Amino acid sequence: MILDVRGLAFSYNSHPVLEGIEFSLGAGELLAILGPNGVGKTTLLKCMNAIHKPTGGAVYVHWRSVLELSPRDIARDVAYVAQRSEVARLTVFDTVLMGRKPHIRWKVSDTDVKIVDAALSRLHLNALRLRYIDTLSGGELQKVSVARALVQEPQILLLDEPTSSLDLKNQIDILTMIRRVVDEHQIAAVMTMHDLNTALRFAHKFLFLKSGRIHSAGAIQEMTAEMIESVYGLPVAVHHHYGRPLVVPLCEDVPAPLPTRSAAQIN
Amino acid sequence: MHFGDGEIPEEYRRYVGRKVLFITGATAALIFSLVFSLSMGAAEVPAVEVIRSLLGSAVSERSDIIVINIRLPQAVAAVLAGAGLAAAGATMQSILRNPLGSPFTLGISHAAAFGAAFAVMVLGGGVMSSKTVGAVSITNPYVTTLAAFIFSLLAAAVIIGISRVRGASPEVMVLTGVALGALFTAGTMFLQYFADDVQLAAMVFWTFGDTARATWTELAVIAGVCVVCFVYFIANGWNLNAIDAGDETAKGLGVRVERLRLVGMLLASLLTAVIISFLGIIGFVGLVAPHMVRRIIGADHRFLMPAAMLIGALLLLLSDTAARLMLAPHVLPVSVLTAFMGAPVFLLLILRGRRK
Repeated sequence: MILDVRGLAFSYNSHPVLEGIEFSLGAGELLAILGPNGVGKTTLLKCMNAIHKPTGGAVYVHWRSVLELSPRDIARDVAYVAQRSEVARLTVFDTVLMGRKPHIRWKVSDTDVKIVDAALSRLHLNALRLRYIDTLSGGELQKVSVARALVQEPQILLLDEPTSSLDLKNQIDILTMIRRVVDEHQIAAVMTMHDLNTALRFAHKFLFLKSGRIHSAGAIQEMTAEMIESVYGLPVAVHHHYGRPLVVPLCEDVPAPLPTRSAAQIN
Repeated sequence: MHFGDGEIPEEYRRYVGRKVLFITGATAALIFSLVFSLSMGAAEVPAVEVIRSLLGSAVSERSDIIVINIRLPQAVAAVLAGAGLAAAGATMQSILRNPLGSPFTLGISHAAAFGAAFAVMVLGGGVMSSKTVGAVSITNPYVTTLAAFIFSLLAAAVIIGISRVRGASPEVMVLTGVALGALFTAGTMFLQYFADDVQLAAMVFWTFGDTARATWTELAVIAGVCVVCFVYFIANGWNLNAIDAGDETAKGLGVRVERLRLVGMLLASLLTAVIISFLGIIGFVGLVAPHMVRRIIGADHRFLMPAAMLIGALLLLLSDTAARLMLAPHVLPVSVLTAFMGAPVFLLLILRGRRK
């Protein structure tokens, strides 16, 4: 067991956001936290490395409570990829090297530089290593953020909507990469998501949040149309497509597609 | 997890080498300029004699007096103030996540000017007479300096206090600073309106930043504060880089963001307050030196911070030397020249810079 969350609660200005959250995660498991906007997915993620201090319950990383660890000690075990990164005039290499910060005492060692080099090769970012990050595209930047988290050599990887602003190709690339790292290095990963189908495809486990509590959770295969309908308030059908579940929303008042016109007419 | 199969890319080694070279070059340029500055003036002292005086083996007593007693304090003041203001500016720009961060943006200089005006008017700190243009010295300079210092720290304390209540976010700090700047400017104008001619001259004269004001004792105070701040800023290079990547990312990397923002702000304000209280208001260096460096070697604070200090020191020393020489025997206050010299260079850098 790498991550253990027990009775976690969080309130913001005495307004309860999360209550009674319990789950645990072992090596090589990827958990998708799902639920409607504003339900507390990001807050839950941030409680796990004490960016938000839980107001009740506890989060254990390797049986040590995060509230008793220093930020630096947490950062050695838990890496966090925020939904958005600010860009400064820093090269890709130095940005990723920043991920070694929790391990660096005084001076960057040769080992630190070698780890960064290896991570960049693994994520196929070598060609970009001396580019300033303010010249990168959204997809490239997200890969750099993931690389920075990986060189922290974490046991737990937290990702806040890792694919929210990416095109289809980049979504698949990033999630494939994350899933591969989780499998190969036997770490645990938690990501918040909106796209159920992407979650179904890449995660091992899911957790639905509703009104700040766990609505349902389990292995990906156990997700049902009833759960989704109850959480989002929208009827869906779960089809099976090439052996994978595929969620399709069922709404009757969707406008019919426009009558087909020829390309000449559109132009 | 572990990545064990990497190597140190030659390309990266060269890239770091270039930054080290830039810093070495700037150090050399600063030393060269210092010798040049000390040798130039109404009485020219050859560079060799300057160096011998500095090393304590002067050839003649005359050059020793000129170099050590007359020109060196002013040059050291310029170097310390330039480095200090640039370091304060670089730190503020990072922790406030605002390219306009500088002692001016945050009302600290306005507060100092108000403090000086208050001292002149209310505490009787200064009937002025002219030293450079005849006999100007503030009759009670310590009261003026102290009042300027107290008010600039007061401004910093208000900014930090409000940030502690409302959360140390860049927006809160910048908006509070702008509001304070307006408040103190209004206060200064109020005092000026009721001041008599002599007092008004004293107030205005004080705001002309001038490196010739400092004595060795005052320089020692400035140097002491500079050293403490420089050590803190340089030691936090990685943390400042992390803050540039966003507060949440920085927290995920184990940085205590709020604490760094408050302590950084406190030290940058203290540094600014000490410098401008003793020397008067010297603008532009704090804003521009970090930007110049950022455009040349990037925003990695491990290199940016020392490089910005060197460039700030160089910029102010050269301006100061030019201010002494240009209209000789008249001596311009250096604050006028910093902007004259810095702005065109800065505009050139903006124009030359790559378009996004």
